[in-house]
Amino acid sequence: MNTTWSRFNIASLVLGFAFLYLPIVLLVIYSFNESRLVTVWAGFSTKWYTSLFNNQAFIDAAWVTIRVGLISATFATILGTLGALAMTRYTRFRGRMLFSAMIYAPLVMPEVITGLSLLLLFVAIGLDRGILTVTLAHITFSMCFVAVVVQSRLVTFDRSLEEAAMDLGATPVTTFFKVTLPVILPAVVSGWMLAFTLSLDDLVISSFTSGPGATTLPMRIYSQVRLGVTPEINAACTILIAIVAVGVIIASIANKRREVNRARDEQAAARN
Amino acid sequence: MQKLIASVTSRLVISIPYLWLLVFFLIPFIIVFKISLSEVAMAIPPYTPVVDITAGIKSVFNSISQFSWDNYVWLVEDPLYYKAYISSLVIAIVSTFLTLIIGYPIAYGMARAPATIRPTLLMLVILPFWTSFLIRVYAWIGILKPEGLLNQFLMWANVIDTPLNILNTNTAIFIGIVYSYLPFLVLPIYSALEKMDYSLVEAAEDLGCTPLMAFWKITFPLSMPGVIAGCFLVFIPATGEFVIPDLLGGSSTLMIGKTLWSEFFSNRDWPVSSAVAVILLLLLVVPIVLFQRSEAKAQESEK
Repeated sequence: MNTTWSRFNIASLVLGFAFLYLPIVLLVIYSFNESRLVTVWAGFSTKWYTSLFNNQAFIDAAWVTIRVGLISATFATILGTLGALAMTRYTRFRGRMLFSAMIYAPLVMPEVITGLSLLLLFVAIGLDRGILTVTLAHITFSMCFVAVVVQSRLVTFDRSLEEAAMDLGATPVTTFFKVTLPVILPAVVSGWMLAFTLSLDDLVISSFTSGPGATTLPMRIYSQVRLGVTPEINAACTILIAIVAVGVIIASIANKRREVNRARDEQAAARN
Repeated sequence: MQKLIASVTSRLVISIPYLWLLVFFLIPFIIVFKISLSEVAMAIPPYTPVVDITAGIKSVFNSISQFSWDNYVWLVEDPLYYKAYISSLVIAIVSTFLTLIIGYPIAYGMARAPATIRPTLLMLVILPFWTSFLIRVYAWIGILKPEGLLNQFLMWANVIDTPLNILNTNTAIFIGIVYSYLPFLVLPIYSALEKMDYSLVEAAEDLGCTPLMAFWKITFPLSMPGVIAGCFLVFIPATGEFVIPDLLGGSSTLMIGKTLWSEFFSNRDWPVSSAVAVILLLLLVVPIVLFQRSEAKAQESEK
Protein backbone atom coordinates (compact mmCIF):
# COMPACT_ATOMS: atom_id res chain seq x y z
CA MET A 1 0.00 0.00 0.00
CA ASN A 2 1.07 3.55 -0.69
CA THR A 3 2.79 5.02 2.38
CA THR A 4 1.46 8.57 1.99
CA TRP A 5 -2.05 7.19 2.04
CA SER A 6 -1.54 5.18 5.18
CA ARG A 7 0.06 8.20 6.88
CA PHE A 8 -3.05 10.15 5.90
CA ASN A 9 -5.22 7.36 7.32
CA ILE A 10 -3.42 7.34 10.64
CA ALA A 11 -3.59 11.13 10.88
CA SER A 12 -7.32 11.19 10.19
CA LEU A 13 -7.96 8.45 12.76
CA VAL A 14 -5.87 10.16 15.45
CA LEU A 15 -7.49 13.56 14.84
CA GLY A 16 -10.95 12.01 14.59
CA PHE A 17 -10.66 10.13 17.86
CA ALA A 18 -9.11 13.16 19.57
CA PHE A 19 -12.14 15.18 18.48
CA LEU A 20 -14.52 12.48 19.73
CA TYR A 21 -12.87 11.92 23.09
CA LEU A 22 -11.21 15.19 24.16
CA PRO A 23 -14.44 16.93 25.28
CA ILE A 24 -15.48 13.91 27.36
CA VAL A 25 -12.01 13.55 28.89
CA LEU A 26 -11.91 17.25 29.81
CA LEU A 27 -15.36 16.99 31.37
CA VAL A 28 -14.25 14.05 33.52
CA ILE A 29 -11.01 15.80 34.56
CA TYR A 30 -12.78 18.99 35.60
CA SER A 31 -15.27 17.05 37.72
CA PHE A 32 -12.34 16.54 40.12
CA ASN A 33 -11.58 20.26 40.20
CA GLU A 34 -11.33 21.94 43.59
CA SER A 35 -12.57 25.29 42.28
CA ARG A 36 -16.20 26.17 41.71
CA LEU A 37 -15.11 27.80 38.44
CA VAL A 38 -15.24 24.96 35.99
CA THR A 39 -12.53 26.22 33.68
CA VAL A 40 -9.85 27.12 36.24
CA TRP A 41 -7.88 24.20 37.65
CA ALA A 42 -7.31 24.57 41.40
CA GLY A 43 -6.26 21.12 42.48
CA PHE A 44 -7.72 17.64 42.88
CA SER A 45 -10.86 17.14 44.93
CA THR A 46 -13.76 14.74 45.16
CA LYS A 47 -15.97 17.18 47.05
CA TRP A 48 -18.40 17.58 44.15
CA TYR A 49 -19.13 13.87 44.29
CA THR A 50 -19.83 14.14 48.01
CA SER A 51 -22.15 17.08 47.50
CA LEU A 52 -23.83 15.20 44.66
CA PHE A 53 -24.56 12.21 46.86
CA ASN A 54 -26.07 14.55 49.44
CA ASN A 55 -28.34 16.10 46.83
CA GLN A 56 -31.68 14.37 47.32
CA ALA A 57 -33.17 15.76 44.09
CA PHE A 58 -30.39 14.11 42.07
CA ILE A 59 -30.73 10.80 43.91
CA ASP A 60 -34.51 10.74 43.35
CA ALA A 61 -34.05 11.55 39.67
CA ALA A 62 -31.46 8.78 39.36
CA TRP A 63 -33.90 6.23 40.80
CA VAL A 64 -36.66 7.32 38.43
CA THR A 65 -34.24 7.07 35.50
CA ILE A 66 -33.03 3.60 36.44
CA ARG A 67 -36.56 2.26 36.97
CA VAL A 68 -37.81 3.68 33.68
CA GLY A 69 -34.69 2.41 31.92
CA LEU A 70 -34.92 -1.18 33.20
CA ILE A 71 -38.64 -1.56 32.50
CA SER A 72 -38.67 0.19 29.14
CA ALA A 73 -35.55 -1.62 27.88
CA THR A 74 -37.06 -5.00 28.75
CA PHE A 75 -40.38 -4.32 27.03
CA ALA A 76 -38.64 -2.66 24.08
CA THR A 77 -36.45 -5.75 23.65
CA ILE A 78 -39.45 -8.09 23.59
CA LEU A 79 -41.44 -5.90 21.19
CA GLY A 80 -38.40 -5.09 19.05
CA THR A 81 -37.43 -8.75 18.71
CA LEU A 82 -41.00 -9.62 17.69
CA GLY A 83 -40.86 -6.76 15.18
CA ALA A 84 -37.57 -8.01 13.76
CA LEU A 85 -39.02 -11.55 13.45
CA ALA A 86 -42.09 -10.16 11.69
CA MET A 87 -39.89 -8.21 9.25
CA THR A 88 -37.55 -11.08 8.38
CA ARG A 89 -39.69 -14.22 8.72
CA TYR A 90 -42.95 -13.06 7.20
CA THR A 91 -42.13 -11.18 4.05
CA ARG A 92 -45.72 -11.01 2.89
CA PHE A 93 -48.50 -9.68 5.07
CA ARG A 94 -51.03 -6.94 4.73
CA GLY A 95 -49.61 -3.54 5.61
CA ARG A 96 -45.96 -4.65 5.59
CA MET A 97 -44.95 -1.38 3.92
CA LEU A 98 -46.57 0.60 6.74
CA PHE A 99 -44.99 -1.68 9.33
CA SER A 100 -41.50 -1.21 7.93
CA ALA A 101 -42.08 2.55 7.73
CA MET A 102 -43.13 2.60 11.40
CA ILE A 103 -39.98 0.67 12.35
CA TYR A 104 -37.55 2.94 10.50
CA ALA A 105 -39.19 6.36 10.90
CA PRO A 106 -38.68 6.67 14.69
CA LEU A 107 -34.91 6.21 14.18
CA VAL A 108 -34.65 9.59 12.50
CA MET A 109 -37.81 11.36 13.70
CA PRO A 110 -36.95 14.65 15.44
CA GLU A 111 -37.53 14.09 19.14
CA VAL A 112 -39.68 17.19 19.56
CA ILE A 113 -42.25 15.69 17.17
CA THR A 114 -42.28 12.27 18.85
CA GLY A 115 -42.50 13.86 22.29
CA LEU A 116 -45.32 16.24 21.40
CA SER A 117 -47.35 13.58 19.60
CA LEU A 118 -47.06 11.08 22.46
CA LEU A 119 -48.03 13.71 25.00
CA LEU A 120 -51.13 14.64 22.99
CA LEU A 121 -52.05 10.94 22.80
CA PHE A 122 -51.75 10.56 26.58
CA VAL A 123 -53.89 13.66 27.11
CA ALA A 124 -56.47 12.42 24.60
CA ILE A 125 -56.87 9.05 26.33
CA GLY A 126 -56.84 10.68 29.76
CA LEU A 127 -53.66 9.05 31.06
CA ASP A 128 -52.06 11.04 33.90
CA ARG A 129 -48.51 12.07 33.12
CA GLY A 130 -45.91 10.36 35.26
CA ILE A 131 -43.51 7.43 35.30
CA LEU A 132 -45.95 5.26 33.32
CA THR A 133 -46.23 7.68 30.40
CA VAL A 134 -42.45 8.23 30.25
CA THR A 135 -41.94 4.46 30.22
CA LEU A 136 -44.49 3.94 27.43
CA ALA A 137 -42.81 6.68 25.37
CA HIS A 138 -39.35 5.17 25.88
CA ILE A 139 -40.56 1.68 24.92
CA THR A 140 -41.97 3.07 21.69
CA PHE A 141 -38.86 4.77 20.34
CA SER A 142 -36.31 2.29 21.64
CA MET A 143 -38.13 -0.83 20.36
CA CYS A 144 -37.38 0.34 16.82
CA PHE A 145 -33.64 0.49 17.55
CA VAL A 146 -33.84 -3.03 19.03
CA ALA A 147 -35.75 -4.23 15.95
CA VAL A 148 -33.03 -2.94 13.61
CA VAL A 149 -30.20 -4.46 15.66
CA VAL A 150 -31.90 -7.89 15.95
CA GLN A 151 -33.01 -7.82 12.34
CA SER A 152 -29.44 -7.43 11.07
CA ARG A 153 -28.56 -10.62 12.95
CA LEU A 154 -31.67 -12.49 11.78
CA VAL A 155 -31.07 -11.92 8.06
CA THR A 156 -27.76 -13.81 8.23
CA PHE A 157 -29.33 -16.66 10.23
CA ASP A 158 -29.38 -20.13 8.67
CA ARG A 159 -33.09 -20.90 8.44
CA SER A 160 -32.59 -24.60 7.73
CA LEU A 161 -31.90 -25.05 11.46
CA GLU A 162 -35.38 -23.78 12.27
CA GLU A 163 -36.92 -25.89 9.54
CA ALA A 164 -35.17 -28.99 10.86
CA ALA A 165 -36.54 -28.36 14.36
CA MET A 166 -40.05 -27.87 12.99
CA ASP A 167 -39.78 -31.04 10.87
CA LEU A 168 -38.87 -32.92 14.02
CA GLY A 169 -42.14 -31.75 15.55
CA ALA A 170 -41.18 -28.67 17.55
CA THR A 171 -43.80 -25.91 17.72
CA PRO A 172 -42.80 -22.46 16.42
CA VAL A 173 -42.53 -21.23 20.01
CA THR A 174 -40.25 -24.12 21.09
CA THR A 175 -38.20 -23.66 17.93
CA PHE A 176 -37.75 -19.99 18.74
CA PHE A 177 -36.60 -20.58 22.32
CA LYS A 178 -34.44 -23.67 21.59
CA VAL A 179 -32.94 -22.78 18.22
CA THR A 180 -33.37 -19.17 17.18
CA LEU A 181 -32.95 -17.30 20.46
CA PRO A 182 -29.59 -18.88 21.47
CA VAL A 183 -28.14 -17.85 18.12
CA ILE A 184 -29.46 -14.30 18.07
CA LEU A 185 -28.92 -13.77 21.83
CA PRO A 186 -25.86 -11.46 21.46
CA ALA A 187 -27.93 -9.17 19.22
CA VAL A 188 -30.87 -9.28 21.64
CA VAL A 189 -28.57 -8.42 24.56
CA SER A 190 -26.95 -5.52 22.72
CA GLY A 191 -30.45 -4.40 21.70
CA TRP A 192 -31.42 -4.36 25.38
CA MET A 193 -28.33 -2.36 26.29
CA LEU A 194 -28.97 0.10 23.50
CA ALA A 195 -32.57 0.53 24.64
CA PHE A 196 -31.42 1.02 28.23
CA THR A 197 -28.88 3.72 27.35
CA LEU A 198 -31.33 5.45 25.01
CA SER A 199 -33.78 5.62 27.88
CA LEU A 200 -31.05 6.73 30.29
CA ASP A 201 -30.05 9.58 27.96
CA ASP A 202 -33.36 10.86 26.72
CA LEU A 203 -34.22 14.45 27.58
CA VAL A 204 -36.67 15.78 25.01
CA ILE A 205 -39.23 12.97 24.89
CA SER A 206 -39.14 12.61 28.69
CA SER A 207 -39.72 16.35 29.15
CA PHE A 208 -42.85 16.22 27.04
CA THR A 209 -44.32 13.05 28.52
CA SER A 210 -43.38 13.29 32.19
CA GLY A 211 -45.38 14.82 35.00
CA PRO A 212 -44.88 15.77 38.62
CA GLY A 213 -42.74 13.29 40.53
CA ALA A 214 -41.28 11.77 37.38
CA THR A 215 -38.21 13.95 36.83
CA THR A 216 -35.48 11.92 35.16
CA LEU A 217 -31.75 12.52 35.57
CA PRO A 218 -31.27 14.20 32.16
CA MET A 219 -34.19 16.53 32.96
CA ARG A 220 -32.56 17.42 36.29
CA ILE A 221 -29.16 17.93 34.64
CA TYR A 222 -30.74 20.06 31.90
CA SER A 223 -32.47 22.39 34.34
CA GLN A 224 -29.15 22.80 36.21
CA VAL A 225 -27.18 23.38 33.01
CA ARG A 226 -29.52 26.21 32.06
CA LEU A 227 -28.43 27.95 35.25
CA GLY A 228 -24.76 27.54 34.38
CA VAL A 229 -21.91 25.05 34.23
CA THR A 230 -21.01 23.67 37.66
CA PRO A 231 -18.54 20.97 38.78
CA GLU A 232 -21.46 19.13 40.38
CA ILE A 233 -23.00 18.51 36.94
CA ASN A 234 -19.59 17.39 35.71
CA ALA A 235 -19.55 14.87 38.55
CA ALA A 236 -23.05 13.62 37.69
CA CYS A 237 -22.06 13.30 34.02
CA THR A 238 -18.86 11.44 34.95
CA ILE A 239 -20.86 8.88 36.95
CA LEU A 240 -23.22 8.32 34.00
CA ILE A 241 -20.28 7.97 31.60
CA ALA A 242 -18.57 5.51 33.97
CA ILE A 243 -21.72 3.33 34.23
CA VAL A 244 -22.07 3.17 30.45
CA ALA A 245 -18.37 2.58 29.82
CA VAL A 246 -18.20 -0.27 32.36
CA GLY A 247 -21.34 -1.84 30.84
CA VAL A 248 -20.01 -1.66 27.30
CA ILE A 249 -16.59 -3.03 28.28
CA ILE A 250 -18.12 -5.95 30.22
CA ALA A 251 -20.38 -6.74 27.26
CA SER A 252 -17.52 -6.72 24.78
CA ILE A 253 -15.34 -8.92 27.03
CA ALA A 254 -18.23 -11.38 27.40
CA ASN A 255 -18.67 -11.35 23.64
CA LYS A 256 -14.97 -12.04 23.07
CA ARG A 257 -14.95 -14.88 25.60
CA ARG A 258 -17.95 -16.46 23.87
CA GLU A 259 -16.15 -16.26 20.53
CA VAL A 260 -13.01 -17.85 22.00
CA ASN A 261 -15.13 -20.63 23.52
CA ARG A 262 -16.90 -21.21 20.24
CA ALA A 263 -13.60 -21.40 18.37
CA ARG A 264 -12.32 -23.92 20.94
CA ASP A 265 -15.49 -26.01 20.64
CA GLU A 266 -15.21 -26.01 16.88
CA GLN A 267 -11.59 -27.13 17.07
CA ALA A 268 -12.51 -29.89 19.51
CA ALA A 269 -15.33 -31.01 17.23
CA ALA A 270 -12.97 -31.08 14.25
CA ARG A 271 -10.47 -33.26 16.14
CA ASN A 272 -13.08 -35.87 17.08
CA MET B 1 -52.94 -28.91 14.05
CA GLN B 2 -49.32 -27.83 13.66
CA LYS B 3 -50.36 -25.57 10.79
CA LEU B 4 -52.97 -23.92 12.99
CA ILE B 5 -50.41 -23.27 15.75
CA ALA B 6 -47.98 -21.87 13.19
CA SER B 7 -50.55 -19.51 11.77
CA VAL B 8 -51.68 -18.31 15.21
CA THR B 9 -48.03 -17.73 16.22
CA SER B 10 -47.25 -15.81 13.06
CA ARG B 11 -50.30 -13.60 13.57
CA LEU B 12 -49.23 -12.83 17.12
CA VAL B 13 -45.62 -12.13 16.14
CA ILE B 14 -46.79 -9.61 13.56
CA SER B 15 -49.74 -8.06 15.33
CA ILE B 16 -48.24 -7.31 18.77
CA PRO B 17 -45.49 -4.92 17.59
CA TYR B 18 -47.75 -3.70 14.78
CA LEU B 19 -50.54 -2.67 17.13
CA TRP B 20 -48.09 -1.09 19.55
CA LEU B 21 -46.64 1.11 16.80
CA LEU B 22 -50.08 1.96 15.46
CA VAL B 23 -51.26 3.12 18.88
CA PHE B 24 -48.08 4.87 20.06
CA PHE B 25 -46.59 6.09 16.79
CA LEU B 26 -49.19 6.53 14.03
CA ILE B 27 -52.33 7.54 15.94
CA PRO B 28 -50.45 10.28 17.88
CA PHE B 29 -49.68 11.97 14.55
CA ILE B 30 -53.36 12.01 13.69
CA ILE B 31 -54.05 13.61 17.08
CA VAL B 32 -51.31 16.20 16.45
CA PHE B 33 -52.96 17.07 13.14
CA LYS B 34 -56.38 17.31 14.78
CA ILE B 35 -55.13 19.62 17.53
CA SER B 36 -53.28 21.77 15.02
CA LEU B 37 -56.75 22.68 13.70
CA SER B 38 -58.00 23.71 17.14
CA GLU B 39 -57.74 26.99 19.00
CA VAL B 40 -55.82 27.68 22.17
CA ALA B 41 -58.02 27.97 25.26
CA MET B 42 -57.62 28.57 28.99
CA ALA B 43 -58.74 25.09 29.95
CA ILE B 44 -57.56 21.56 30.59
CA PRO B 45 -56.59 20.38 28.00
CA PRO B 46 -55.63 23.87 26.76
CA TYR B 47 -57.36 23.82 23.38
CA THR B 48 -60.84 23.90 21.90
CA PRO B 49 -62.89 22.17 20.53
CA VAL B 50 -62.34 18.93 22.44
CA VAL B 51 -63.74 16.07 20.38
CA ASP B 52 -65.67 13.75 22.69
CA ILE B 53 -66.62 10.54 20.92
CA THR B 54 -68.78 9.39 23.83
CA ALA B 55 -71.08 12.39 23.38
CA GLY B 56 -72.48 11.03 20.12
CA ILE B 57 -71.97 11.54 16.39
CA LYS B 58 -73.70 14.89 16.32
CA SER B 59 -71.39 16.51 18.82
CA VAL B 60 -68.34 15.09 17.00
CA PHE B 61 -69.52 16.70 13.76
CA ASN B 62 -70.25 19.88 15.64
CA SER B 63 -66.67 19.98 16.95
CA ILE B 64 -65.26 19.17 13.54
CA SER B 65 -67.13 22.12 12.04
CA GLN B 66 -65.25 24.34 14.51
CA PHE B 67 -61.86 23.22 13.12
CA SER B 68 -59.97 25.93 11.31
CA TRP B 69 -56.73 26.45 9.43
CA ASP B 70 -56.04 29.62 11.44
CA ASN B 71 -52.86 28.25 13.00
CA TYR B 72 -51.40 27.49 9.58
CA VAL B 73 -52.34 30.95 8.29
CA TRP B 74 -50.61 32.34 11.38
CA LEU B 75 -47.46 30.31 10.64
CA VAL B 76 -47.35 31.64 7.08
CA GLU B 77 -48.02 35.24 8.02
CA ASP B 78 -45.55 35.51 10.88
CA PRO B 79 -42.04 35.67 9.33
CA LEU B 80 -40.55 34.27 12.56
CA TYR B 81 -41.78 30.78 11.69
CA TYR B 82 -40.75 30.43 8.08
CA LYS B 83 -37.38 32.01 8.91
CA ALA B 84 -36.98 29.34 11.60
CA TYR B 85 -37.83 26.57 9.12
CA ILE B 86 -35.40 27.90 6.52
CA SER B 87 -32.58 28.45 8.98
CA SER B 88 -33.11 24.92 10.43
CA LEU B 89 -32.83 23.42 6.96
CA VAL B 90 -29.73 25.51 6.13
CA ILE B 91 -28.04 24.66 9.44
CA ALA B 92 -28.87 20.95 8.97
CA ILE B 93 -27.55 20.89 5.38
CA VAL B 94 -24.31 22.73 6.24
CA SER B 95 -23.65 20.56 9.28
CA THR B 96 -24.42 17.34 7.37
CA PHE B 97 -21.85 18.42 4.79
CA LEU B 98 -19.28 19.26 7.49
CA THR B 99 -19.94 15.91 9.21
CA LEU B 100 -19.36 14.14 5.90
CA ILE B 101 -16.05 15.94 5.31
CA ILE B 102 -14.82 15.07 8.80
CA GLY B 103 -16.42 11.62 9.03
CA TYR B 104 -15.42 10.16 5.67
CA PRO B 105 -11.65 10.16 6.33
CA ILE B 106 -12.26 8.53 9.71
CA ALA B 107 -14.40 5.78 8.13
CA TYR B 108 -11.84 5.35 5.37
CA GLY B 109 -8.95 5.13 7.83
CA MET B 110 -10.87 2.51 9.83
CA ALA B 111 -11.68 0.41 6.77
CA ARG B 112 -8.05 0.48 5.61
CA ALA B 113 -6.66 -0.30 9.07
CA PRO B 114 -5.24 -3.80 9.75
CA ALA B 115 -8.11 -6.26 10.28
CA THR B 116 -6.91 -7.07 13.80
CA ILE B 117 -7.46 -3.57 15.20
CA ARG B 118 -10.67 -2.85 13.27
CA PRO B 119 -13.04 -4.19 15.99
CA THR B 120 -11.30 -1.96 18.56
CA LEU B 121 -11.61 1.09 16.30
CA LEU B 122 -15.25 0.25 15.72
CA MET B 123 -15.88 0.11 19.46
CA LEU B 124 -14.08 3.44 19.92
CA VAL B 125 -16.45 5.07 17.43
CA ILE B 126 -19.54 3.52 18.99
CA LEU B 127 -18.59 4.24 22.62
CA PRO B 128 -19.29 8.03 22.56
CA PHE B 129 -22.67 7.22 21.02
CA TRP B 130 -23.53 5.32 24.21
CA THR B 131 -22.67 8.39 26.24
CA SER B 132 -25.52 10.78 26.85
CA PHE B 133 -26.25 13.24 24.10
CA LEU B 134 -26.93 15.94 26.68
CA ILE B 135 -23.57 15.35 28.39
CA ARG B 136 -21.67 15.53 25.13
CA VAL B 137 -23.32 18.83 24.21
CA TYR B 138 -22.79 20.14 27.73
CA ALA B 139 -19.07 19.30 27.54
CA TRP B 140 -18.70 21.81 24.71
CA ILE B 141 -20.04 24.72 26.78
CA GLY B 142 -16.98 24.59 29.03
CA ILE B 143 -14.70 24.41 26.00
CA LEU B 144 -16.25 27.15 23.87
CA LYS B 145 -17.04 29.75 26.55
CA PRO B 146 -15.18 33.09 26.23
CA GLU B 147 -13.13 32.14 29.31
CA GLY B 148 -13.30 28.48 28.30
CA LEU B 149 -10.59 25.94 27.61
CA LEU B 150 -10.28 26.57 23.87
CA ASN B 151 -9.71 30.29 24.34
CA GLN B 152 -7.32 29.68 27.24
CA PHE B 153 -5.34 27.32 25.04
CA LEU B 154 -5.27 29.63 22.01
CA MET B 155 -4.24 32.62 24.13
CA TRP B 156 -1.56 30.58 25.88
CA ALA B 157 -0.25 29.51 22.46
CA ASN B 158 -0.25 33.17 21.39
CA VAL B 159 -2.54 32.48 18.45
CA ILE B 160 -5.03 35.12 19.57
CA ASP B 161 -4.96 38.10 21.93
CA THR B 162 -8.63 38.48 22.73
CA PRO B 163 -11.00 35.57 23.39
CA LEU B 164 -13.00 34.33 20.43
CA ASN B 165 -16.74 34.50 20.77
CA ILE B 166 -17.88 31.04 19.68
CA LEU B 167 -20.48 30.01 22.23
CA ASN B 168 -23.99 31.27 21.39
CA THR B 169 -23.24 31.53 17.67
CA ASN B 170 -24.09 29.31 14.72
CA THR B 171 -20.48 28.06 14.69
CA ALA B 172 -21.10 26.49 18.09
CA ILE B 173 -24.23 24.81 16.70
CA PHE B 174 -22.25 23.39 13.76
CA ILE B 175 -19.60 22.05 16.14
CA GLY B 176 -22.30 20.55 18.37
CA ILE B 177 -24.13 18.81 15.51
CA VAL B 178 -20.94 17.49 13.87
CA TYR B 179 -19.71 16.20 17.21
CA SER B 180 -22.98 14.57 18.29
CA TYR B 181 -23.87 12.97 14.98
CA LEU B 182 -20.41 11.92 13.77
CA PRO B 183 -20.79 8.20 14.69
CA PHE B 184 -24.10 8.03 12.77
CA LEU B 185 -22.23 8.97 9.60
CA VAL B 186 -18.98 7.08 10.18
CA LEU B 187 -20.64 3.69 10.84
CA PRO B 188 -22.64 3.25 7.58
CA ILE B 189 -19.73 4.56 5.46
CA TYR B 190 -17.34 2.22 7.26
CA SER B 191 -19.58 -0.79 6.67
CA ALA B 192 -19.83 0.11 2.96
CA LEU B 193 -16.06 0.59 2.63
CA GLU B 194 -15.21 -2.54 4.59
CA LYS B 195 -17.20 -4.73 2.18
CA MET B 196 -15.49 -3.14 -0.82
CA ASP B 197 -13.09 -5.16 -2.93
CA TYR B 198 -9.83 -3.21 -2.68
CA SER B 199 -8.29 -5.03 -5.64
CA LEU B 200 -10.45 -2.81 -7.88
CA VAL B 201 -8.47 0.22 -6.72
CA GLU B 202 -5.19 -1.62 -7.21
CA ALA B 203 -6.26 -2.56 -10.74
CA ALA B 204 -7.08 1.06 -11.50
CA GLU B 205 -3.71 2.20 -10.15
CA ASP B 206 -1.91 -0.47 -12.18
CA LEU B 207 -3.67 0.90 -15.24
CA GLY B 208 -2.26 4.36 -14.53
CA CYS B 209 -4.83 6.03 -12.28
CA THR B 210 -3.44 8.37 -9.63
CA PRO B 211 -4.51 7.39 -6.09
CA LEU B 212 -6.79 10.42 -5.94
CA MET B 213 -8.43 9.56 -9.28
CA ALA B 214 -8.86 5.92 -8.22
CA PHE B 215 -10.50 7.07 -5.01
CA TRP B 216 -12.86 9.42 -6.83
CA LYS B 217 -13.76 6.96 -9.62
CA ILE B 218 -13.98 3.72 -7.63
CA THR B 219 -13.92 3.98 -3.85
CA PHE B 220 -16.27 6.91 -3.45
CA PRO B 221 -19.03 5.62 -5.80
CA LEU B 222 -18.89 2.20 -4.12
CA SER B 223 -19.32 3.80 -0.69
CA MET B 224 -22.32 5.82 -1.89
CA PRO B 225 -25.01 3.67 -0.14
CA GLY B 226 -23.24 4.28 3.17
CA VAL B 227 -22.83 8.00 2.44
CA ILE B 228 -26.53 8.37 1.63
CA ALA B 229 -27.73 6.45 4.70
CA GLY B 230 -25.31 8.38 6.91
CA CYS B 231 -26.34 11.77 5.55
CA PHE B 232 -30.02 11.03 6.21
CA LEU B 233 -29.20 9.85 9.73
CA VAL B 234 -27.58 13.24 10.37
CA PHE B 235 -29.78 15.58 8.34
CA ILE B 236 -33.26 14.49 9.46
CA PRO B 237 -32.81 14.64 13.24
CA ALA B 238 -30.55 17.70 12.99
CA THR B 239 -33.35 19.68 11.31
CA GLY B 240 -35.59 19.27 14.35
CA GLU B 241 -32.75 19.43 16.88
CA PHE B 242 -33.58 21.15 20.18
CA VAL B 243 -30.82 20.48 22.73
CA ILE B 244 -27.90 21.73 20.60
CA PRO B 245 -29.37 25.11 19.54
CA ASP B 246 -30.76 25.61 23.03
CA LEU B 247 -27.48 25.03 24.88
CA LEU B 248 -24.89 26.16 22.32
CA GLY B 249 -26.84 28.63 20.16
CA GLY B 250 -27.57 32.22 21.02
CA SER B 251 -30.82 34.06 21.49
CA SER B 252 -30.75 35.09 17.82
CA THR B 253 -30.48 31.48 16.64
CA LEU B 254 -33.69 30.37 14.99
CA MET B 255 -34.26 26.65 14.82
CA ILE B 256 -37.67 25.11 14.51
CA GLY B 257 -37.17 22.52 17.26
CA LYS B 258 -36.48 25.36 19.68
CA THR B 259 -39.52 27.30 18.39
CA LEU B 260 -41.76 24.27 18.92
CA TRP B 261 -40.38 23.75 22.42
CA SER B 262 -40.96 27.35 23.49
CA GLU B 263 -44.44 27.48 21.93
CA PHE B 264 -45.28 24.41 23.96
CA PHE B 265 -43.51 24.98 27.28
CA SER B 266 -43.34 28.79 27.54
CA ASN B 267 -46.42 29.98 25.62
CA ARG B 268 -48.48 26.86 26.43
CA ASP B 269 -49.92 27.12 22.93
CA TRP B 270 -50.54 23.47 22.06
CA PRO B 271 -52.39 24.08 18.77
CA VAL B 272 -49.64 26.29 17.29
CA SER B 273 -46.89 23.89 18.39
CA SER B 274 -48.88 21.06 16.77
CA ALA B 275 -49.10 23.05 13.53
CA VAL B 276 -45.33 23.69 13.71
CA ALA B 277 -44.81 19.93 14.13
CA VAL B 278 -47.11 19.07 11.19
CA ILE B 279 -45.23 21.41 8.82
CA LEU B 280 -41.85 20.11 10.05
CA LEU B 281 -43.05 16.58 9.39
CA LEU B 282 -44.21 17.53 5.89
CA LEU B 283 -40.76 19.01 5.17
CA LEU B 284 -39.08 15.84 6.39
CA VAL B 285 -41.46 13.28 4.92
CA VAL B 286 -39.54 12.95 1.64
CA PRO B 287 -36.13 12.43 3.27
CA ILE B 288 -37.70 10.00 5.78
CA VAL B 289 -39.29 7.91 3.01
CA LEU B 290 -36.01 7.92 1.05
CA PHE B 291 -34.12 6.85 4.18
CA GLN B 292 -36.59 4.06 4.89
CA ARG B 293 -36.34 2.84 1.27
CA SER B 294 -32.54 2.79 1.34
CA GLU B 295 -32.53 0.91 4.67
CA ALA B 296 -35.06 -1.65 3.42
CA LYS B 297 -33.04 -2.11 0.23
CA ALA B 298 -29.81 -2.63 2.19
CA GLN B 299 -31.62 -5.18 4.36
CA GLU B 300 -32.90 -7.05 1.27
CA SER B 301 -29.48 -7.19 -0.37
CA GLU B 302 -27.97 -8.84 2.70
CA LYS B 303 -30.29 -11.84 2.47
